[in-house]
Formats: sequence, structure tokens, C-alpha cells
Amino acid sequence: MHSHIFLESFGYKTGVYMGPLVPDIIGNELNLVAALFIGIAFGFILEQAGFSTSKKLVGLFYGYDFTVLRVFFTAGVTAMIGVVALGHFGLLDVSLIYINPTFLWSAIVGGLIMGLGFVIGGFCPGTSVCAAAIGKIDAMVFVAGSFIGILIFAEGYPAFEGLYKAANWGSPRIFEVLGMSQSLFAFLLIFIAVGAFWATTFIENKVNGKPNPEFNSKPLYAGLTAIALVIGLSAFVLPDRKADMLNRLSDASFVNSFPCKTITADELAFRLIDDDKDLQIIDLRPQKEFDSTAFPKSFHFTIDNIFEKDIHNLLAIKHKRNIFLADDESAERKGAVLASELGYNNVIILKGGLNRFMADIINFKMPEGTPGRREADTFRFRLKAKEIIPVLIQQNKQKAGSGETKKSKRIVGGC
Amino acid sequence: MPETKYMNPYLAGFFLGLILLATIYVSGRGLGASGAVKSAVVSVVENVAPAHTAGAEFYKEYSGEHPGNPMKNWLIFEMAGVIIGAFVSGLISNRLKFTLEHSSKIKPATRVIGALIGGALFGFGAEFGRGCTSGAALSGMAVLSFGGIITMIAIFGGAYAFAYFFRKLWL
Repeated sequence: MHSHIFLESFGYKTGVYMGPLVPDIIGNELNLVAALFIGIAFGFILEQAGFSTSKKLVGLFYGYDFTVLRVFFTAGVTAMIGVVALGHFGLLDVSLIYINPTFLWSAIVGGLIMGLGFVIGGFCPGTSVCAAAIGKIDAMVFVAGSFIGILIFAEGYPAFEGLYKAANWGSPRIFEVLGMSQSLFAFLLIFIAVGAFWATTFIENKVNGKPNPEFNSKPLYAGLTAIALVIGLSAFVLPDRKADMLNRLSDASFVNSFPCKTITADELAFRLIDDDKDLQIIDLRPQKEFDSTAFPKSFHFTIDNIFEKDIHNLLAIKHKRNIFLADDESAERKGAVLASELGYNNVIILKGGLNRFMADIINFKMPEGTPGRREADTFRFRLKAKEIIPVLIQQNKQKAGSGETKKSKRIVGGC
Repeated sequence: MPETKYMNPYLAGFFLGLILLATIYVSGRGLGASGAVKSAVVSVVENVAPAHTAGAEFYKEYSGEHPGNPMKNWLIFEMAGVIIGAFVSGLISNRLKFTLEHSSKIKPATRVIGALIGGALFGFGAEFGRGCTSGAALSGMAVLSFGGIITMIAIFGGAYAFAYFFRKLWL
């Protein structure tokens, strides 16, 4: 199965926005409006699910009502599958989304204190606001309590800072820490969830002394298990797209026989001098070389970057000629093949790479002997280009400072 | 009119998952709740005692990470939405009512004290955990964050461990 055919059927093409939409497609102000609407949906669902009553919430800890577990696990697994799938199909740049950092001791101690607060107070912060909104006075008191708790932390911060900042592991993903693939972990999590749904219903019936007909249907669990199986297995059938594609790039015969559009050194020189508005150069050389001799209209990327959002925003622009540039043509080819496989059009490589461009244009020497008429034109152009292009490179360097590359940063989220 | 029934929890969970996924796709971050209370705390203290916040480490770190007005914050807008959304849901399901909900075996005052202490512990713990059930546990699970999942296990594990000692509040 050639994945690019598969991807095209999913609409992975130019014109599709890669998430996260913040900050370039949705600005910071609009993001706050989005937050309001997200909150409305969030609050509505929490209330509809029954999270506006402490009796239902703590039922989880005494075995008489596992609603929280059902809602929470279903939501977590749904969103997790969505994030994995969007990342897989190149619709979400996971390297830009907020991954909660790991400060091991702080996470454990904080979690235990929250657990204690849960059984004493009967709410958590989100559900308390939800319950307060429909008039629960106990929830309003809980909100006031959480205000006091945070104030105590803030005022006593110097005493807590040591524990708060201890064991900083960065932002690892759980499958990395456990040393397994993302697909395998996702698969296990789905099965743990379905197992928990089944087991807790059993416990709930025992505690209440009577079955709740809503959750005792065999078809429900058969259905959930079937859905989990299909999703879980598809995670195994679909190989890790990135690793798979990069792996294929190491097959030289595949890369070399891939049909790539090319541009000659002369034509590129002409377009640079002509200030062609449709020209975009994707420079795959090492950062140092890019910093010292970047062409105008060029952007620095590595092969790995081709999966990300920054380059997507460039390559997804219609009617652009995207020239992949490296010292030798085979390195250009790898980038161009990968971009084509990802569904980008208008991907062009420089014939002979930058080495050829240097020999033909920058270091051009008039050959001996009398050239033919057409050759004479070319040679005249090259003599001219030899003078102009180094000036353009110099001007570009002064104008752009350290080049035009502007990297997106990971979003800062969390509470 | 009688209250309408709650939504099927698996369906509600599925919708909640889609909301969380949309949040990550649009804003690149997860849902949250305790962070909004933190913004409110910082805002109040800044207004009441500006000289104090200028000197204390916690507020300095906060304003370093969140420049500008602490109330012009993603989570504040999201929680404003939660109030609206929950109110609308309560309205259409006939659940809008001022009540102090408590077990019939305890006094209302006991419930109030429990809610206050529980809230304080939860808020305090959420600072250590860098998020609460929404921001650390649920959102952390969605992006398979190790820290988020550890916090989730600690919250629910802790609650089960302590539940026995506070059973009289509920059963």
C-alpha cells in the first residue's frame, strides 16, 4: 500500500490546515473567543453527564456509581485516539502541542493531596464550577476553598519550591518512558478502559444490590469491545507512518527512480535575478551553511521538519515553485520524494544540486574555443549571473539577519 | 417539571473526548480548571497588595510565564464558558436550584466545612500537580503525557486510599 494514495483519499493535500491552528491561523485574541465556546461545550457536557452533584462524583470511590470513570475514560481514550490519528495523517503537528511536563515527586504528592480533597470535598475544580453554576451551594464553598488552597500555596511558595521543582524529567510521553511504541500503548489503554467498564459495572451491581439495566446489556460491551478491537488492530496494521516513510528513503533505487521535476542551474539563476514571486527555496543544507550563504526566498529545514507544520504552511500555498536545495542532488531528492509522498505538489529539485550551481554559475569560467550561438547566449547570461547572485545573497543576509526561518514554538498550556 | 435523566455516560464521554480533541487541534493545549482559579488568585492579590506580588517569588514566576493581565487568560475564558454551558444545561434539564446537597446523616454545616477543606486541599494539590483532574489527568491522558498520567493515578489512587476514612460524610 503506497501511503500517499491512502493519504490523498483523506484529503491530506494543499489547502488543509495542519493543527494546532494557534497562533498563525487563529490569532491570540480569537483564541480567547475559541476558549469561551470550548468552555460552553465543556460545561454543558459535564452537567449533562451528572458531574454537577457530589453524590454522583464520589460514588466512584464507594462503588455505588461509576459514572465518573465511564465518562472520564471514554473521553480520555477518544481524545487520545484522535490525537494519534490526526498526527498519523499529518493533520496535527504533535511537536507543537502542549505536553504536560513531568516533575515526578510533585506530580505524585500533588495527586495524593487532590485525591484527599476529592473524598472530603466531593468535587474537583472543574466539576465544582459546573455544579456552582446550577446553584449547588456546597460547590460554591468548594470553589472558595480552592481559591484559599491556591493562595496558601502561593504565599508559602518558598517552602514548597524545592519539592515543586524536583525530579524534572522534561515532557516525556508515557510510551517513551515504558519503552514501547505509541500504537501498543494506545491499544493497551483501550483494553484497560473496556476492562474497567465491565469490572466496575459488576462491582456497582454488587454494591447496589440490583443491576442498573442501562449498563447491563451484553450488546453494549460486545459493541465497545468490537470498536476497541477495530481501532486497536488498525493501529498495528497502519505502520508508524513517519518511520515507514523515512525507512523507504534509505532505499536508493526507490528514491532515484522516483519521478521528480527538476530545474536547471541556469533557470534557477534566472528566476532569482528576475525576483520570481512564485519561487520558494527549501534549503536542506546544515544550518551553518544556510546562515552563511542563503539564497533570497529560502527557508531552512531538515528532512524531519518535512512532517511538521512550519513547512506545511509554505508547501500548502498554491502556485508556488518549491525548489529543494542541497549540496548534491541525491540529498535534494530525498526531501522532494518525502514531500511528494506526503501529498505536496510543485516540488522541484535543482539539477546537479548546489555543487553544479556553483560550478555552472558562481564559479563560471568561459570555456576555450568558439561557442555556438545558443551556447554563447548561455555563457553571456552566466557571466552576468556570476556577478549578480553573490550580491543577492549578501543583500539577503543583511536584510534577514540570520535568515528568513521562523520556527513555531511549542504551545504553553496547563493550569 | 421533573429533572430529565442524565446523558448516557459513554455518550457523554465520547462528546467530551471530541471537545478535548477540538481544543488540542485549535488551541494546541488541553482543557483545564484549577489554572483559572490560580489566575483569579493572582489577580486579586495583585490588586489588593501590589507591593507584595512584586516581591514574592510565586507571583514573579507567574507573571514571567503569563505576561499581561492575569484575567486575560485562556482558562479564564474557558471557565466563563463552563459557567454558561452548565447553566444552560441545568436550565433545559430542570436542575437549576439553590441547594446545599449533603448526606442525610450529616449536618449541613459538616458538608460546608468538608467542601471548604476539600476545595482548599484540591486547589493546593493542583498547584503541585501542575493541573487538576481536567488539566493534568484528562488532558495529560489525551496527549499521553507521562507526568499527566502519573498525576491521574495519584489522584484516583489517593481518593480510593482515603475514601474509607471519610465514608461517614457520604454513606
